[in-house]
Amino acid sequence: MEVPLVLAQIELRVKGLNFYYSGGIHALKQINLQVYSKQVTALIGPSGCGKTTLLRCFNRMHDLYPGNRYEGEIHFVKDNILSPDTDLISLRSRIGMVFQKPTPFPMTIFYNIAYGLKLKGVSKRAELSELVEKALLHSALWDEVKDKLNSSAYDLSGGQQQRLVIARALAVNPEVLLFDEPTSALDPISTSKIEELFDKIKKEVTIIIVTHNMQQAARISDWTGFLMLGELVEFDTTDKIFTAPAEKLTEDYVTGRFG
Amino acid sequence: MTVFDDELQHIKEKLLKMGSLVEDSIKSSIEALVDRDNDLAKKIIDRDRMVNTLDVEIDEESIRVIALRQPMAGDLRFITTAMKITSDLERMGDLAVNIAERALELNEEPILKPYIDIPRMKEIAQGMTRDALDAFVRKDKKLAMDVIMRDDEVDDLKHDVLEELVFLMAQDPSTVSRAMKISFVAQYLERIADHATNIAEMVIYLVDGKIIRHMILPSDEK
Repeated sequence: MEVPLVLAQIELRVKGLNFYYSGGIHALKQINLQVYSKQVTALIGPSGCGKTTLLRCFNRMHDLYPGNRYEGEIHFVKDNILSPDTDLISLRSRIGMVFQKPTPFPMTIFYNIAYGLKLKGVSKRAELSELVEKALLHSALWDEVKDKLNSSAYDLSGGQQQRLVIARALAVNPEVLLFDEPTSALDPISTSKIEELFDKIKKEVTIIIVTHNMQQAARISDWTGFLMLGELVEFDTTDKIFTAPAEKLTEDYVTGRFG
Repeated sequence: MTVFDDELQHIKEKLLKMGSLVEDSIKSSIEALVDRDNDLAKKIIDRDRMVNTLDVEIDEESIRVIALRQPMAGDLRFITTAMKITSDLERMGDLAVNIAERALELNEEPILKPYIDIPRMKEIAQGMTRDALDAFVRKDKKLAMDVIMRDDEVDDLKHDVLEELVFLMAQDPSTVSRAMKISFVAQYLERIADHATNIAEMVIYLVDGKIIRHMILPSDEK
């Protein structure tokens, strides 16, 4: 690891976060944690533990449904993300998200990436081309698609589509990228390509990933948080969590002796 | 109990079987020397094959578990500890064989002197081996620390034995061949105690996840 973990800067600071779904379910309870800049943080835990709920707080995805309620604070640089004044469009361009199933737009490979750039005000064809190429190089997809930029994104394989979506997210220069089970719909080779990608892009962007695959969390992350029943049971370096966790619950989960 | 738990249990049982064989070889090798019992010495040399077979089997099973189960946390520490303990036990078995070989040679010659400190060294080294394995089974950190502390007693005894033998050799050169062999035996016992210490150190890792070897312990500060 290039930067000693303790010297990393804090990108996001979660303080006393509680989250309630519109039905009244108390899904996150008093969460406190720090997400370090230009590092990979993995959130693990059994189904229904709140890891995806937590991930979706970082770019206020829960606001898409009425009645959901946050309490507490998430500090991002100087601002509290959870403040009612937060400009959600701008927040989501600074904190991007990649989902479990690849979600390419129904357009060409080129325009999948150029779309976000155009919204950001890039209009010159030459500049667009340059940025599209850069994003595709970044997500290790360029060599596979450079001769068919005008084909539909749907012609790509699942793994290629996921890398296209990552390229699209990277193109607008976000500060943080959220990944929700990004490889669970992919074959092992596509999975390992995406895992390789993490190592490359974390030099420029802070990553938070939710994964069911514990070995994946162990391989790619610097920090790991283990959640259960809406509580953060343990948060520490990934090495510590997977070799000598402090909490019995964490031990039971990572060794597969759960329940 | 899951299949995985069964596999871990199986490795543990083999390791304990190997441990009790080695512990017995240590004890018997010194008996073969003190009682001038050639049959017993040969039996120990012969039995080392069983120890070696177990060494290979435990490694193979551990590698298989790592490949197929990707153990984590406590399980990972258990497997890595088991693999290291078997190498130590295998070396201890070899050292017991070396003692038996020296016993066979010494039994061909007249007794140089009654053995006093060597059986004491054996008592401590054998006790350390047994307790280190007990500490492993019970995940008993305190017992493991106790084993580590006892290593100094063996070192001190070895020092005494060598000093006495050097004195004998200086007095009478005809004792050199026998005294050399006895000093080897003291050396082997001291190495056995070192391996028992390694096992105890691995037990600390198994329990706490901390690697304490090559650290300065209170007993090192004179």
